[in-house]
Amino acid sequence: MELDAKIPKGALEDKWKHYKDTVRLVSPANKRRLEVVIVGTGLAGASAAASLAELGYHVKVFCFQDSPRRAHSIAAQGGINAAKNYQNDGDSVFRLFYDTIKGGDYRSREANVYRLAEVSADIIDHCVALGVPFAREYGGLLANRSFGGVQVQRTFYAAGQTGQQLLLGAYSAMQRQVALGNVEVFARHEMLDLVLIDGKARGIIARNLVTGELERHAGHAVLLASGGYGNVFYLSTNAMGSNVTASWKAHKRGAYFANPCFTQIHPTCIPVSGDYQSKLTLMSESLRNDGRVWVPKKKDDPRKPTEIPEEERDYFLERRYPAFGNLVPRDVASRAAKERCDAGYGVGPSKMAVYLDFRSAMHRYGQAEAHRLGIAHPTEDQILNLGKQIIREKYGNLFEMYERITGENPYETPMRIYPAVHYTMGGLWVDYELMTTIPGLYALGECNFSDHGANRLGASALMQGLADGFFIIPYTIGNYLADEIRTPKISTDHPAFAQAEREVKDRIDRLMSVQGKETVDYYHRHLGKIMWDKCGMARNARGLQEAISEIQALREEFWKNVRVPGDANSLNPELEKAGRVADFLELAELICIDALHRNESCGGHFREEYQTPDGEALRDDEHFAYVAAWEYQDGKNYTLHKEPLQFEVVHPTQRSYK
Amino acid sequence: MHITLKVWRQKNQQDPGHFETYQLDNVNEDMSFLEMFDVLNDKLIREGKDPVAFDHDCREGICGMCSMYINGRPHGPLKGTTTCQLHMRHFKDGDTIVVEPWRAAAFPVIKDLVVDRSAFDRIMQAGGFISVNTGSAPDANTIPVEKDKADAAFAAAACIGCGACVAACKNSSAMLFVSAKIAQLALLPQGQPERKTRVLNMIAQMQKEGFGSCSNIGSCEAECPKEIPITFIAKANSEYLKAMLAADLPE
Repeated sequence: MELDAKIPKGALEDKWKHYKDTVRLVSPANKRRLEVVIVGTGLAGASAAASLAELGYHVKVFCFQDSPRRAHSIAAQGGINAAKNYQNDGDSVFRLFYDTIKGGDYRSREANVYRLAEVSADIIDHCVALGVPFAREYGGLLANRSFGGVQVQRTFYAAGQTGQQLLLGAYSAMQRQVALGNVEVFARHEMLDLVLIDGKARGIIARNLVTGELERHAGHAVLLASGGYGNVFYLSTNAMGSNVTASWKAHKRGAYFANPCFTQIHPTCIPVSGDYQSKLTLMSESLRNDGRVWVPKKKDDPRKPTEIPEEERDYFLERRYPAFGNLVPRDVASRAAKERCDAGYGVGPSKMAVYLDFRSAMHRYGQAEAHRLGIAHPTEDQILNLGKQIIREKYGNLFEMYERITGENPYETPMRIYPAVHYTMGGLWVDYELMTTIPGLYALGECNFSDHGANRLGASALMQGLADGFFIIPYTIGNYLADEIRTPKISTDHPAFAQAEREVKDRIDRLMSVQGKETVDYYHRHLGKIMWDKCGMARNARGLQEAISEIQALREEFWKNVRVPGDANSLNPELEKAGRVADFLELAELICIDALHRNESCGGHFREEYQTPDGEALRDDEHFAYVAAWEYQDGKNYTLHKEPLQFEVVHPTQRSYK
Repeated sequence: MHITLKVWRQKNQQDPGHFETYQLDNVNEDMSFLEMFDVLNDKLIREGKDPVAFDHDCREGICGMCSMYINGRPHGPLKGTTTCQLHMRHFKDGDTIVVEPWRAAAFPVIKDLVVDRSAFDRIMQAGGFISVNTGSAPDANTIPVEKDKADAAFAAAACIGCGACVAACKNSSAMLFVSAKIAQLALLPQGQPERKTRVLNMIAQMQKEGFGSCSNIGSCEAECPKEIPITFIAKANSEYLKAMLAADLPE
């Protein structure tokens, strides 16, 4: 199949406008008769549900959590980007577009990214109108801060809880539509298959997680907004329940999976402390506005960090990347931290950590505060105490979280941090309209591949989720549904529903009947270790080949020896996990296949064979300037389809943050 | 560490339920409370027993899904902390820990420690929003918001909807949860048009769901993992009174 991204003609800055001016519309009377199924209630899903319901469509929305308000967007900390240029520092739609393309290491689609930058400002307007309490200056206007890979201040935030505030905004907009009867919410439900009728997405099979019943839900279109697949690594900053199942089932029904090897390792997370560890906790990138990353210049330095004098510290990001310093993009910062630790300069009990130190910032802020308060000759202690107040205002909740988890006080001693799996840029292939290769099936937010290339910039995930749900899908879905206005309500009695339900039931029965010796978590941990060791921050051909055979063997063993307790007819969290891990065991192989085929380094995909003499990622634009979209064959073979990336405005160069 | 756990087990809503006692060796002090439950469940599964069902998701204190009643306190002994962020270093070797689900008529038990909190969603549907359609908002900086008010609105909006306030309250009142949303939106200029109907409708829905009345004891504030202050209840009461008095009068 030829991949057609359906990018509108015309100049980059006119494409979206032209599209909106000419796209087909569905009249209000017809919208009322059309049903849309949405899977996932994070920023993308909740905002899509709200905006489509506002237009008059009937929406059914599904989440596995007990309430749609708990989707993992809630945990996003630092902020959301928008090209408002409120700070008068030279920002513009073009700059946000350019930063995102460059940050993604020239592996994303220009037209999509430009549109994202264009609608970014509308998101802030709408969220403020919804009552999202963003941080403000004393004059009452909105405050901004910086994020990685950027030299302007365009990030809007609500302390370290921006995701929570935005999600609650989108959730409340959706709840308003529930009250109006336009949205039905199915909480504690998990999509276990996609139903196709005559080649079109027409509904899903969902399991009611409380009763265990399999339910059929039909719609004229299906939207997946089910998030990323970072939990394939077992340990990640994702929520425990975050999973790939919805996307993977769609993939097995014909939706191509694009760039699965583009996974993001976030540089600032709390290091692993033991084998029982169930997840990793992020320390927001916003901390790099004020925190300086360093390791001792001496190997195995036994001194406490506070006892190591300034001249014996290696601020390695500032040293290597003077232009961006501590605010280099995530992939660059993560690799630099790994390089120092691998070279023996790591700190902490495991030696797999670096310091993130706020003392300079406390000093700087303290001096400014002392000046503001008219304290003539402040003592060092006074300055630091004033500085701590400012740091507490900006990052208080993050500092508390750090202390709760580690038992150390980061106001007194630097944080210890290490990279961890955080986000997945890869996902279901979508065209400009966010439609997958299955007609009528759309993918929004993290579960699509579209906007972040090989590396996502900080504060851009929230932007993309809300852009897709609030401002893009309401336009693009009409272009498809305009052809569906004569289609009557889809019946769940159709044989395709019965067939899909039977297949889901068979798979559950198989999982329940293995009754082996090992727990689901055992396999998940094991898979995570393979992925982290061989397909993590650095990859090479030999390791990837080994990983593929190890994953195949592990998958085989899983189906022979996993133990799922309880029954399938009631709340059974182990059964839920088993289904998700079974899908991760399949996806993991595809990730490695993709990583192995991409003989270049770009963004988060770092192949050790392809690097510059000073250890930076070495892209190969001649051979790999394409999106790798994989078609499912039989679980062993995947067919590669390439969508060439055409750069008409930005000319790919070696990404430099020096 | 060695820990004795007394855990509430209840097969389903109809089952009367009972406590079971479990012994756990080798509990590490850096484990989170939920990671200790992972260890317990791993053990139970290997012994061929049914693992304990409990709600959890983000495990970083923000999704509001975890909900254990630990030694008689929602989310356990540590102030301003959810169960997922509670670490075993706050317990002693040899401790016995009693773990129950949230107990409230409006939060029926689904299984073991898992309860149904959908009443909170229905309260939100009754008015916890600003009626604005996508695409119609003015530029975000058109309406300045005083920093103090914006900060106070944020402090109220920090509620994670976990239900600890209900579990802590002798009346099973949901006033802290409800008042936080009322206060957030009443403090912001964007929330003004629906200010009166919002408070009336949300309180009415709260009562309909079977939550009790507030008697200003303050255990909700003491136990709230996000330390939402009880002053928001005072704010909501004042909003309610004003809305009641003015309900039928044109301004």
